[in-house]
Amino acid sequence: MDVQFLIDNIFTLTITGLVLGSVYALVALGYTMVYGVLQLINFAHSEVFMYGTFAATFTVMALGGTRDTSTGGAILMLLLALVAAMLVSGAIALVLERVAYRPLLRRNAPKLVVLISSIGASFVLAEIMGLRDKITKFVGLDDSLSAYVTRARNNVQFPDVVDPVRLFKIGDYNVNSIDLLILGSAILMMVGVDQFVRRSRLGRGIRAVAQDPESAALMGVNSTRVIQVTFLIGGLMAGAAAFFFVLKYTVTRYDVGFILGVKAFTAAVLGGIGNLRGALLGGLILGVAENYGSALFGTEWKDVVAFLLLVLILLFRPTGLLGEALGKSRA
Amino acid sequence: MTSQENAAAKRTLGERIGALPKPWKITAMVLIAAFFYVLPLLEPPFISTPGADFGAVMFTVATYALVALGLNIVVGYAGLLDLGYVGFYAVGAYSVAVLTTYHAHWPFLLAVPVAVLAAMISGIILGAPTLRVRGDYLAIVTLGFGEIIRLVANNTAWLGEAGGINEIGKPPNADLFDVPHLNWDSGSPLLDVQDKTTVIKFGILDQIPYYWLALTVVIIILFADTLIKDSRVGRAWEATREDEDAAELMGVPTFKFKLLAFAMGAFVGGLSGALYATKTSFINPESFILILSILFVAAVVVGGQGNRWGVIVGAALVGYLPERFRGFEEWRILVFGLALMVLATYRPQGLLPPRRTLRARQVEQEMDALEGESTA
Amino acid sequence: MHTKHTLRTLAALAAAGLALTACGTTGDSSDTADSGGGPACDLKIAFMGALTGPAAGLGVGAVNGAELAIDQYNDEHPDCKVTFSKNDSQSDPKQAPGVAKSIIDDAKVVGLVGPLFSGESEAADPLLNEAGLPMITASATKPTLSEQGWTFFHRILGNDETQGPEVAKVLTDVANSTKPFTISDDSPYGQFLTGAASDALGDSLVGTDKIATGQRDFESTVTKVLSSKADAVFFGGYYPEGEVLIKQLRSGGWDGTFVVPDGVKDKEYIEVAGPAGDGTLVTCPCVPGDKITEFAKAYQAKFNEEPGTYGPEAYDAANVFLDGIADGVKDRAAMNDYVNGYDKDGITKHVKFTENGESSEIPIWLYKVKGGEYVAVKQLA
Repeated sequence: MDVQFLIDNIFTLTITGLVLGSVYALVALGYTMVYGVLQLINFAHSEVFMYGTFAATFTVMALGGTRDTSTGGAILMLLLALVAAMLVSGAIALVLERVAYRPLLRRNAPKLVVLISSIGASFVLAEIMGLRDKITKFVGLDDSLSAYVTRARNNVQFPDVVDPVRLFKIGDYNVNSIDLLILGSAILMMVGVDQFVRRSRLGRGIRAVAQDPESAALMGVNSTRVIQVTFLIGGLMAGAAAFFFVLKYTVTRYDVGFILGVKAFTAAVLGGIGNLRGALLGGLILGVAENYGSALFGTEWKDVVAFLLLVLILLFRPTGLLGEALGKSRA
Repeated sequence: MTSQENAAAKRTLGERIGALPKPWKITAMVLIAAFFYVLPLLEPPFISTPGADFGAVMFTVATYALVALGLNIVVGYAGLLDLGYVGFYAVGAYSVAVLTTYHAHWPFLLAVPVAVLAAMISGIILGAPTLRVRGDYLAIVTLGFGEIIRLVANNTAWLGEAGGINEIGKPPNADLFDVPHLNWDSGSPLLDVQDKTTVIKFGILDQIPYYWLALTVVIIILFADTLIKDSRVGRAWEATREDEDAAELMGVPTFKFKLLAFAMGAFVGGLSGALYATKTSFINPESFILILSILFVAAVVVGGQGNRWGVIVGAALVGYLPERFRGFEEWRILVFGLALMVLATYRPQGLLPPRRTLRARQVEQEMDALEGESTA
Repeated sequence: MHTKHTLRTLAALAAAGLALTACGTTGDSSDTADSGGGPACDLKIAFMGALTGPAAGLGVGAVNGAELAIDQYNDEHPDCKVTFSKNDSQSDPKQAPGVAKSIIDDAKVVGLVGPLFSGESEAADPLLNEAGLPMITASATKPTLSEQGWTFFHRILGNDETQGPEVAKVLTDVANSTKPFTISDDSPYGQFLTGAASDALGDSLVGTDKIATGQRDFESTVTKVLSSKADAVFFGGYYPEGEVLIKQLRSGGWDGTFVVPDGVKDKEYIEVAGPAGDGTLVTCPCVPGDKITEFAKAYQAKFNEEPGTYGPEAYDAANVFLDGIADGVKDRAAMNDYVNGYDKDGITKHVKFTENGESSEIPIWLYKVKGGEYVAVKQLA
């Protein structure tokens, strides 16, 4: 156990962990909200995230972003990429709800069956992206779109339009602009969603359905609308996370959602599934814990740390750190 | 008049088979079993898999059937959602691998009981703390467990790390006689004297003896499964599954029985993993990825959880179809995902739902009929 | 009622079964016409490796090289062509045995170029050896493959035991590194090669780390490299991880020399790594395709791109089999004997195999990423 290494680099590990954790937190939000309202694990949420990464990447590629793009132009492109990612992820989430979940929920299908359907949806979405070269070939578009669809199963590079600007130092680590952007935006967005759920009418509807779907329906809450909005918010947040992800790690691939999804779900459970603030807390803690774990035991044990943390939390505090709260209104 | 008679006349195939006199039933089962033993030798034209060794595919189907039976105990009988079943499979496989190769050089048959025991112990270790948590959380914890097993194997030197372990021990051979395969290339079956299987030689190329071994194990487990399901244990599981609180109130020690289900599921999973290890003679962590757990659960749910024949059908589909349509290799997972979605939407109870569901439905039908009559 | 019905069906089935077996054995109607003394004209050469999937970049180079050789042979022997059987294993050890079996079952295949990767070789070679199918791999470099006693195994390029020390030399002599750091992925190829390099570096090594295939964020690795103040890093692994690793190293502020082996040498690495990849040093037991002008021209004409990694090696491997076929070899056993005794010049080296299947000559080349392509620097061994 390399404790010395951990201590020497505590600032670097903590800050990069927080940045990674912000991405986890934004994705975790989708899992936690859907679980809070429907008590089901949306397995396909990781693919909602993945589509966002491709939307952001393709947008910047289509706009011709390169390292020679001016700063102003780059910022514009990035904004458009963010919007594109959020819209695409939101759309995919809505489609998912309509196609994979609503028919089953209408029939009161047992939860295991809904889970299987969501697993199937996850595969379908991921494979569509992985097979995009073959699919576009069918419709004869593969030549015109070749920059986007060749080598469909390989890494796709997010154009380097922006160089991270080193801002200040904390300990040994140079905090750069991208780090701050990610961390700051994640916190802002979580606060925004939290406020929305607390204060708006739709937000109250979400909490009502989470607490007791039948009474909510009796009180005139349109549960279909509520479920749609839940999926949409989760999707939008995942899209934002997707944008930050490609900004920081500069590559994406059709299977990028999978492991990230499991980790994000871990984060949601860690913080208390159904609890929005819990998603943020859980994500940040998981990101930092993973880094500490890699420092102590070696990078190859990173994922084991995440799963072990999950198992331990579920054993000793099954409701998560902040407890399940979506159904319990505190306002 | 009409609906009652119809209900009586519409006896399902399962009931008709069940109603046959015992000697007929036994003969039929023996014939069916014999058919399955001989199947890979027959290499029937449409069923046989081009581009993949049919014997190997049958072996995969048999091991998946074994896994499905084990998982059926956990998911179908006891109602516990386990998304990390591949962990037990891996424990069984790695135990056999480690014991029969560089570490100890044990003979395969001696390593199997140890492997199965190891799997059971891991099932108990996993179950003891986690079975107290709620259903969905159990799913996530088991998922984490499956991944932890794989990652530990991936990073531990004495488990071979990512390179895995090869030259795994084989079951003992008995070089008795050769059986030729059938060859359909010319349109009608001919005995292909060049394509032979030795009874019983566990070599590297010919997978059919392994298939026979696996099939035998499946049959044994099927018997055991029938015995257990109709016993006190099976009924306790059913009670726990349907309504755990009520079962507790009625005096069923639900936790103990859930743990028993886990341990038995782990036993069967480990056994299946041991067979897999000896057949492929080379395993590495890549063989035990999460998607395999999901595949197993899908086999059970699609086939009909709680129905032992249903899960076997599910396992057969999941193991056989991708190999049969190997030409469409790139599309396999996409098609699999679509199939899951469609089946979940239109036939959520599975292809062969457990008999209780049928019974319950019949009761409903009869009640509807009675109510319909009384209001008419 | 029921019993009669069932009896009748059973009887019918039994009768059908008996009737079928009466049809005879395949020994009776034998198809094999004796073709005399000339070369057999319906033979096949197979390739096994990743044609799809994440590793396909390396597979493409090899399969194309082999295909070029076969096409050239068929042009010279229009009456007696050899068929090329391409088999996609995605270089996945799980799929490899099944793919190998279907190659084995095709009786017309007398030689296999491949398998592509070391991992799938470990899974498939026992079957191939048992079936007696001669194989020449143009790319699988794990040394233990030739130590298993597989008489049908041959390797036409250097293995990692020779590459490892050369990597160490590159770090110390070419990169002038006094503080080298090694990173391995978790594949058999990467681990062995990095281990060999680390051993050769000895005490000057300032740190090691291990990453997982499929990993995309390497923060802790970057931190380790930076805090060890390493001036050169060797990454033993494949391009999907390598290309992301170097970008994160650079954006973390590290500006030492990055050294990688042939597993990273793919055009995708250059594309994705971009400026971060400039100046990367690459060791490879493969010969620069563009230096072999005839081959490069023919390859370019056929595939409209530069020869890929392992292309020339696969070309040579296929030619060994083709020479055997031209010489009259008709079956696998004879082909294996032919390969064992082969002693001729190929385009990459003088092709000859040692007793356990290794190549007698092992050139190792150093490349550098410059101007968006791999430029051959010099021959190391």
